[in-house]
Amino acid sequence: MPKWEGKLEKVDEFRWRIPKSYKKGMRVDGLIYADESMQRQIINDQAPEQVANVAFLPGIVGKSLAMPDIHWGYGFAIGGVAAMRVSDGVVSPGGVGFDINCGVRIMRTNLTQEDVSPKIKGLIDALFYAVPSGVGSKGKIKLGMKEIDEVLVKGSRWAVEKGYGRPEDLETTEEKGEMKDTDTQRVSGRAKERGVPQLGTLGSGNHFLEVAVVDEIYEPDIARVMGIDRVGQVMLYVHCGSRGLGHQVADDYIKEMVRAMQKYGIEVPDRQLACAPVDSPEGKNYLTAMRCAANYAWANRQCITHWVREAFCRVMGMKESEAGLQLVYDVTHNIAKIEDHEVDGKKEKLCVHRKGATRAFPPGHPDIPQKYAKVGQPILIPGDMGRASYVLVGTEQAMKETFGSTCHGAGRMQSRSAMKKRFSGREVLNAMEARGVTVRAGSLSGLAEEAPEAYKDVGDVVRVAHGAGISRKVARTRPIAVVKG
Amino acid sequence: MKKYELIEHTSDIGLAAYGKTLAGAFANAAYGMFSIIAELENVKEDEKRRIEVSGDDIEGLLFEWLNSLIYYFDVEMLLFKRFDILEFEDTRLVAECRGEKYDSSRHRLKTGVKSATYHMLEVDREKNRVRVIFDI
Repeated sequence: MPKWEGKLEKVDEFRWRIPKSYKKGMRVDGLIYADESMQRQIINDQAPEQVANVAFLPGIVGKSLAMPDIHWGYGFAIGGVAAMRVSDGVVSPGGVGFDINCGVRIMRTNLTQEDVSPKIKGLIDALFYAVPSGVGSKGKIKLGMKEIDEVLVKGSRWAVEKGYGRPEDLETTEEKGEMKDTDTQRVSGRAKERGVPQLGTLGSGNHFLEVAVVDEIYEPDIARVMGIDRVGQVMLYVHCGSRGLGHQVADDYIKEMVRAMQKYGIEVPDRQLACAPVDSPEGKNYLTAMRCAANYAWANRQCITHWVREAFCRVMGMKESEAGLQLVYDVTHNIAKIEDHEVDGKKEKLCVHRKGATRAFPPGHPDIPQKYAKVGQPILIPGDMGRASYVLVGTEQAMKETFGSTCHGAGRMQSRSAMKKRFSGREVLNAMEARGVTVRAGSLSGLAEEAPEAYKDVGDVVRVAHGAGISRKVARTRPIAVVKG
Repeated sequence: MKKYELIEHTSDIGLAAYGKTLAGAFANAAYGMFSIIAELENVKEDEKRRIEVSGDDIEGLLFEWLNSLIYYFDVEMLLFKRFDILEFEDTRLVAECRGEKYDSSRHRLKTGVKSATYHMLEVDREKNRVRVIFDI
């Protein structure tokens, strides 16, 4: 793919502007968060062009934003944030992505690396068998076409009522794992058919379970509120989304939006940006269906959480109450939400698209759990499987600049086929072993695609997000064992 | 004649497919997509499905064609490898697709394909060539 030849103006150490004069039709500037070296990497593909294209969308306010983990996606760049006025703006399913409510959660434990290391092989095997993963994985939950509607409405609460997890898990899940204003009628039969056998599965691609160890704490007081007490403490990550159900909802509504654009006379530079007014039947229907898919994803992560806890306690030979295993938080990083933000000094209702971006609400925001009212919303930034992951918190600066949003991960920089040419799955497995990370994967070729070298260093991504003030570093973890979907 | 070529993309995978006719290019795009999902050598042609899809235009038809096949894989775990396009118009096609249900003892799955996307999607009628990027 050719290098991007467009215009990128340096604003300061962490900010780069694509002026709206770059392309006729841009309604606002583009703004990319990056430092000098990341910026050189970012223009290696067409991601900045996608940031410019999103600026065409009707009703966009502020800027078309890209987080430091930005990379070339389809339609929107991954790492993109765009907010549109509800009154006269649009919603775009491409601005959410196919994997609606792909997200991450972490659990804390009372154990340290010394406790877990001797049993790490058994632990990762137990996790691998407890949670179905891989291409086309099917779940253990028997769900009917009727019951799936309940999952779509209740999300995590459905899972907890069925015995998957603890009631307090809901408190520390974004949206409590249950978005309101759903309508299961807006989710097609095909989407439900795909969702029925897949609930409680990890899927493939970059989805994973990870056993990690805290290796640095930057803000001990904030970390303590989250139950992150000491270096060496074991944490567990779950990263997955809404599986085939979410993909089908996205397909269904992209088709509908292509039609709607003709009806409403909207033109966009890339059909994958197909959109409709937020306040139109098409826009509303998409949002209600998207919320159903988001709830499915939360139920999915909640069921997986339960099996992870069971497997962990079985291998460690202890009760859940001894192991801890409290849910620190669960974030979504592919979503569109109706939120209140200040625009030019006035409070305005906006439809905030976060595609490969995480909400980053500050201390005191009414939408974050009581427990975190004083410290801000926890933000979970998984890196590649070899290096590190971060826990951050949201800031006032994010509210001012990015509609309360920040990065979501390391961000790819090398293609999957390039990785497969470079490494075999076996080589990646051995290299990880040498780094002290035990890996179990459904597919070895899938593993090669996910080699750490495919990704930016998450440390660079977080340094920019922290430096720009759109989130604040709390702790860093490093992986010791990973199940790759 | 080459059926298809993979296209490099930072986070995802794309393909360009060719045919003697446009219908042939659609068939080869489907073959290419299943080659991304699984190794097809050991897949038999025992199962047959008649699949009818429609789209608002030729690009929409390609999007719908590939995503319908992903739906069959997701729900029935069907790996298709042969695609006979029986009827082909700009907004509608009927195909007979042959393949086999996934059997973990004989088949190797490679990469999950979430969806075909509209990004860079192209249908070239003169060269009987199509291009599509998948979300992985």
